[in-house]
Amino acid sequence: MQYPPDIKIILVPCTGKIDVLHILHAFEKGADGVYAVGCMEGDCHYNSGNFRARKRVEQAQKILDIIGIGGERAQMYNLSSSEGPRFAQFAVEMEERIRKLGPNPIKLAKKKAA
Amino acid sequence: MIVADRKPIEEIIEEVKDHEKILILGCNECVTVCEAGGKKEVGVLASALRMYFLNQGREVKIDEKTLERQCDHEYLEEIRDVMDQYDSVVSLACGVGVQFMAEKYHDCPIYPGVDTCFLGATEKRGLWTERCQACGQCILARTGGICPVSRCAKRILNGPCGGSTNGKCEINKELDCAWQLIIDRLKALGKIDEYEKLSPLKDWSTERAGGPRKVVREDVQE
Repeated sequence: MQYPPDIKIILVPCTGKIDVLHILHAFEKGADGVYAVGCMEGDCHYNSGNFRARKRVEQAQKILDIIGIGGERAQMYNLSSSEGPRFAQFAVEMEERIRKLGPNPIKLAKKKAA
Repeated sequence: MIVADRKPIEEIIEEVKDHEKILILGCNECVTVCEAGGKKEVGVLASALRMYFLNQGREVKIDEKTLERQCDHEYLEEIRDVMDQYDSVVSLACGVGVQFMAEKYHDCPIYPGVDTCFLGATEKRGLWTERCQACGQCILARTGGICPVSRCAKRILNGPCGGSTNGKCEINKELDCAWQLIIDRLKALGKIDEYEKLSPLKDWSTERAGGPRKVVREDVQE
C-alpha cells in the first residue's frame, strides 16, 4: 500500500509524549498540518497516553482556531499497530484535507516579509 | 495558594496588539500549580501570539521567561538588564505579581495574562476550590478546621442558618453547608461541646472591608 510522500513521520513511544507545544511549534515553523496517530482507545500500552494526546490535540485545535490558522489542521487518529492499510488511509485523508485548506498562512506571511 | 485562570487569548491580543517587542513573563509558584501561568502556559501563549501576528503580516518579537516569583524584589531584579529590549510585558503571575512588576518597571506597560480568582487548594488535577478569604483573624481552631468565613454564604459564626437543608446551603443545592460540615467534624473530633460556646463578635477590621492591609514585623526589619 502507499501513502502520500509529503508526510513526515515523527516516532514517539506513545502519543502521550506529544505536548501541545510540539503541535504549536510545528505550525510556527511552517507545517501545513499536524496529526497524531495513537493506539485504539482503551488499548493504550501505557493506559491513558492516547487519551491525553486527544485532549492536547483538542487544546491545540482551539488555539489554532482563535489565532486564525484553523483548528482542522490538527487531528487525532486511533488505530491498532497492525493496521497498515488504515494508517495509509488516514494519511490520504489528512493529505486531502490539508490540500483543500491550502498552505499554512504563516508560510506565505513569512515569505512576504522576507 | 492563589488560584488563577488563563485569560482568553483574544483578550490578551487586544491588550498587546499595538506593541512590537513583548516579553511573556511567567511565575513558577501558584500559577504554575493551577496550570495558568507557568513555563508551559508561557510557551503556549508566546507561540500562539507569534503565529497570530505573523498571520497579520507583522513580525513581532515575543520572548519567554519564567521567574521563580514576581512578588519579591530579588526575583524581579533578575530581568533588570533585559527590560530595555521590550516595549511591553504580559505577566502571567497573579494580580500581586503584575502590580509589583508595574511598580518596579514603571516605564513599561505590564499587562495581566491571567484572571486571579481566590485562595484555594487543588482538590484534584483540573479542580481548584476556594478555602480562605484572608480575613486576618483565623478562627479555624474553633470550627474544626473548616472556615465559615469563606465557605458559608452568610459568613455566620454560630451555627447554621434556617436555610441549611440536608447538609446543603440554600443558595445552591450543590454547595455544602459549611456549618453542617463543622458540626460533623467537631463530633468526629469529640469536641461537640465546644460548639455550644458562643463565638464573640468578629473584628472585621482586619478584613479587606477595612481597606488595604499590611503586616509589619519590626523584629525582622533591617
